[in-house]
Amino acid sequence: MSTVEAPLYPIAVLIDELKNDDIQLRLNSIRRLSTIARALGEDRTRSELIPFLSENNDDDDEVLLAMAEELGVFVPYVGGVEHAHVLLTPLETLCTVEETCVRDKAVESLCKIGSQMRENDLIERFTPLVKRLAAGEWFTARVSACGLFHIAYPSAPETLKTELRSIYGQLCQDDMPMVRRSAASNLWKFAGTVESAHLKADIMQMFEDLTQDDQDTVRLLAVEGCAALGKLLEPQDCAARILPVIVNFSQDKSWRVRYMVANQLYELCEALGPEPIRTDLLPAYVRLLRDNEAEVRIAAAGKVTKFCQILSPELAIQHILPCVKELSLDSSQHVRAALASVVMGMAPVLGKDATIEQLLPIFLSLLKDEFPDVRLNIISKLDQVNQVIGIDLLSQSLLPAIVELAEDRHWRVRLAIIEYIPLLANQLGVGFFDDKLGGLCMQWLQDKVYSIRDAAAKNLKHLAEEFGPDWAMQHIIPQVLEIANDSHYLHRMTLLRAISLLGPVMGSEITCSKLLPVVVNASKDRVPNIKFNVAKVLQSLISVVDQSVVEKTIRPCLVELSEDPDVDVRYFAVQGLQSIDQVTMSS
Amino acid sequence: MNPTTRRHLEWKFSQVFGERSPDDEILDADRISTVEFDKSGDYVAVGDRGGRIVIFETKDGKNTADQHYSRNQLEQLDYVSLNHPEYRYKTEFQSHEPEFDYLKSLEIEEKINKLKWCTSLSGSLFILSTNDKTIKLWKVKDRKVKKAREIDSPHQLLSSENTLLSEKSFMNEQGIPSFANGNHVESGVNSIFPSQELRSKIANYEDTAYARCRRVYAHAHDFNINSISNNSDGETFISADDLRINLWNLEVSNQSFNIIDMKPSNMEELTEVITSAEFHPIHCNLLAYSSSRGFIRLVDMRQSALCDYSARIFQDEECHGSRSFLTEIVASITDIKFPVDGRHILSRDYMNLKLWDMHMDSSPVATFKIHEHLRPKLCDLYNNDSIFDKFECCLSGDGLHFATGSYSNLLRIFFHGGGSDEGATIEASKDPNSIKNRKPLPRSRRSSLSNLTRGFYKQGHESTSVVDEYSLNSSSKLQHLAWHPCTYLIACASGNSLFFYHA
Repeated sequence: MSTVEAPLYPIAVLIDELKNDDIQLRLNSIRRLSTIARALGEDRTRSELIPFLSENNDDDDEVLLAMAEELGVFVPYVGGVEHAHVLLTPLETLCTVEETCVRDKAVESLCKIGSQMRENDLIERFTPLVKRLAAGEWFTARVSACGLFHIAYPSAPETLKTELRSIYGQLCQDDMPMVRRSAASNLWKFAGTVESAHLKADIMQMFEDLTQDDQDTVRLLAVEGCAALGKLLEPQDCAARILPVIVNFSQDKSWRVRYMVANQLYELCEALGPEPIRTDLLPAYVRLLRDNEAEVRIAAAGKVTKFCQILSPELAIQHILPCVKELSLDSSQHVRAALASVVMGMAPVLGKDATIEQLLPIFLSLLKDEFPDVRLNIISKLDQVNQVIGIDLLSQSLLPAIVELAEDRHWRVRLAIIEYIPLLANQLGVGFFDDKLGGLCMQWLQDKVYSIRDAAAKNLKHLAEEFGPDWAMQHIIPQVLEIANDSHYLHRMTLLRAISLLGPVMGSEITCSKLLPVVVNASKDRVPNIKFNVAKVLQSLISVVDQSVVEKTIRPCLVELSEDPDVDVRYFAVQGLQSIDQVTMSS
Repeated sequence: MNPTTRRHLEWKFSQVFGERSPDDEILDADRISTVEFDKSGDYVAVGDRGGRIVIFETKDGKNTADQHYSRNQLEQLDYVSLNHPEYRYKTEFQSHEPEFDYLKSLEIEEKINKLKWCTSLSGSLFILSTNDKTIKLWKVKDRKVKKAREIDSPHQLLSSENTLLSEKSFMNEQGIPSFANGNHVESGVNSIFPSQELRSKIANYEDTAYARCRRVYAHAHDFNINSISNNSDGETFISADDLRINLWNLEVSNQSFNIIDMKPSNMEELTEVITSAEFHPIHCNLLAYSSSRGFIRLVDMRQSALCDYSARIFQDEECHGSRSFLTEIVASITDIKFPVDGRHILSRDYMNLKLWDMHMDSSPVATFKIHEHLRPKLCDLYNNDSIFDKFECCLSGDGLHFATGSYSNLLRIFFHGGGSDEGATIEASKDPNSIKNRKPLPRSRRSSLSNLTRGFYKQGHESTSVVDEYSLNSSSKLQHLAWHPCTYLIACASGNSLFFYHA
């Protein structure tokens, strides 16, 4: 290889690594394919690199995936759009591999390239590729083909368009369910490019065939696309062709199909006018809310607020609210949890009277639910109710619920409620908070689980931000500083954590007068873990306090720690000293 | 094959792999634990207790010499059935290794409990295999090795269009060609490695296949997995252990859905366990599972996410006549199979082979008695645990013939409409010669026996020893077998040997 010049040498290594045994090296090389291409130049990329990559289809999936992705942005390196077609060959092979994510990526890249290609090339190069894949021996090729029609179709001449439509129709009836699934999930994309006359005839025929497929999995993908398809049609066509299918599906034998309808119903409503919603979709939705299968009810319950928003309040009160009452007493905790996470959103829709009269009892019963997720979901959306009815009506029931959650034996539940405390504090106001919740916040600082203690420290910071330094000075700082005398070193460590978080919020003065002495005191602790945490906290306080305090208090303390017998303590102390020096130098 | 349906078939020996001489000790690890044909019948896979999977493929037209031989041999035996496939070794690989669960202090055997073929795509074969706890998806692919001729030609490298990229290496000191991607041979063979050149020449004649583990579906079963079954949607499969059945997506190995849970909150209330589960071959929503109490439950997955409620229960009411401890044990169903059309279910329990019609749940449409002669000895069988032996069953592609195994390496084959006595009995022999010495009938072990000859055979057999009939030596049990999907060909395993019989 005497012809390889010096600057090309790194490129040569990259090319060499394309063939290396080590997958990581091949992967690195593929990731830098654009560098290789730039170095080779457009001509050689076209004539050498791309053919090489076309043969390289037997590699590990990771490498193939990276290659499929890189090729999608390769148009500039092969000489622009007029040469984009050379990229089709390697991507075509990648469309047939067995790993789904590689195929999907190859299809995505082909779509990217196809959308840039010139019309002529699309007809002469891209469309034949689509046809080849659609007639592929292995179903993987046919699965990939389904995702490419919407690129090939628009620029095709009339006869070719007819052919493409008929090929797609065949794919919708393929023997392999995987192909039919792909055809079903890509139908709406293809439909978006088809002329409206053919849309009504051919595409709708395909859609109807797919909705009658034997395989549940095909039918439910057909539902998934129907909202998008509905938006392409005129409202009256949509009402005539899609609506009956959906109403039918909402009573399908398979719960999976009904589940999909429950998820899609709202989107479909947007495509239809108000009249069909009232006459057809509302009854269908009410049926889904009362479905036998809990999974369906979960999906339906999750949409209850969105659905109410498109209905008039009267209809919502008349039809949906009774269902919501039933769901709040559902036997499945997951249904109740799904309902709890959205039901608060109904308050603004229903207005104050209906909310107090009808929704409030539901909130209250959900707040007393035996399943903590249900209670948490209600509490997390508290601000929405507060806007409508005010917190007073709820506060009586709220407190026991919060206390119970705060003491739940699952630490994840405790963690979740801690995270809502700032929101609650904001909604409930200082007075209520001081009376009832202040104690809890301190209690968490001494929890058995680290994550809880950590969250509790962060919570104090949020509260200090919420209510201001003065309030914190009165209600947080004294209690927190008491922990310094705790016998448990982990609790003393939590104190340090809290101080490092509170310092910046409380400002320089309080930090110097109240917090810093505690920290300095802690540097004499007998536990090395405390001592090096002191070093870390001091380091974080450097930016909070004045330069003079740093020199007078922090530096001597760190110097002392830097002579500690423990190596970790010395390490962090030296780090602290270095950052003091940096700050001094920059200022 | 049409004229032969619904009647007695003449069964002949076709092939054997792993034949042993009678003195050979079988290593436990070599014992075959499952046999499965792929959908086309072109491949048959065998799993063993040592965690290995061996794949055999049909000899195709290329191998003319071999086929002439077998044809001549066949013509002497029977003129009609020329076209049964013959198999040859393709590849083998280690699917599972012994493991130790430290949390539960539990040893996990490497034994392959079940394997299933998945839809093959882009020319590779896909196999799901499972031991007690972990399911794996394997891909078996033929290495494409470039023609050796290309390598021989010294001009090839120079005249290649890809001058830059076809050069063997930019780093001169790195001369080792990459074999990770089989088709790179052309770009890298160096004359310093003549042996590799030789190897690739040979590879032209013999396809080399290699297996790669694609996915591992682990940590979803608390109990031992007894079956896996692919759904007709090509996307999902189930795995069943003693008390639960999980539903998986083939492409998602980190989550599964529990669809059936029979575990009582108090394990002392446990009354039955799941013994086998299979998806319906056509309807993706139907699933059948059998239990140790002799029930077959049919479940419609469309009805509910958790399928505790069964759509139908198939239960032989006759079996509830005289109940005793032992009759309850032998009622346990050990295997169920759907025929291709999905109209019937074939089940095997310790005593019988039963055919059920999906439209009749009160009793089977046919019962073939396999072990009736053991009924008086059930107590002995219980004492030495043989009563818990699990025999599999299988059906022909047309759904009209059924086969199952028994003790003394006996393979029992029945046909729809025929009674228990009209079936064929074949002894899968390890060594033809030794059997010949023992028994006067020269071909009895291979060819099917009419009623008359079987009577004769039985007499002869009984005279040797009655105990022999259900010899408790575990090497003489024929438990695992599979029927070719299109022709009358059965593969059955005994010990470490795989026998093929055809009709």
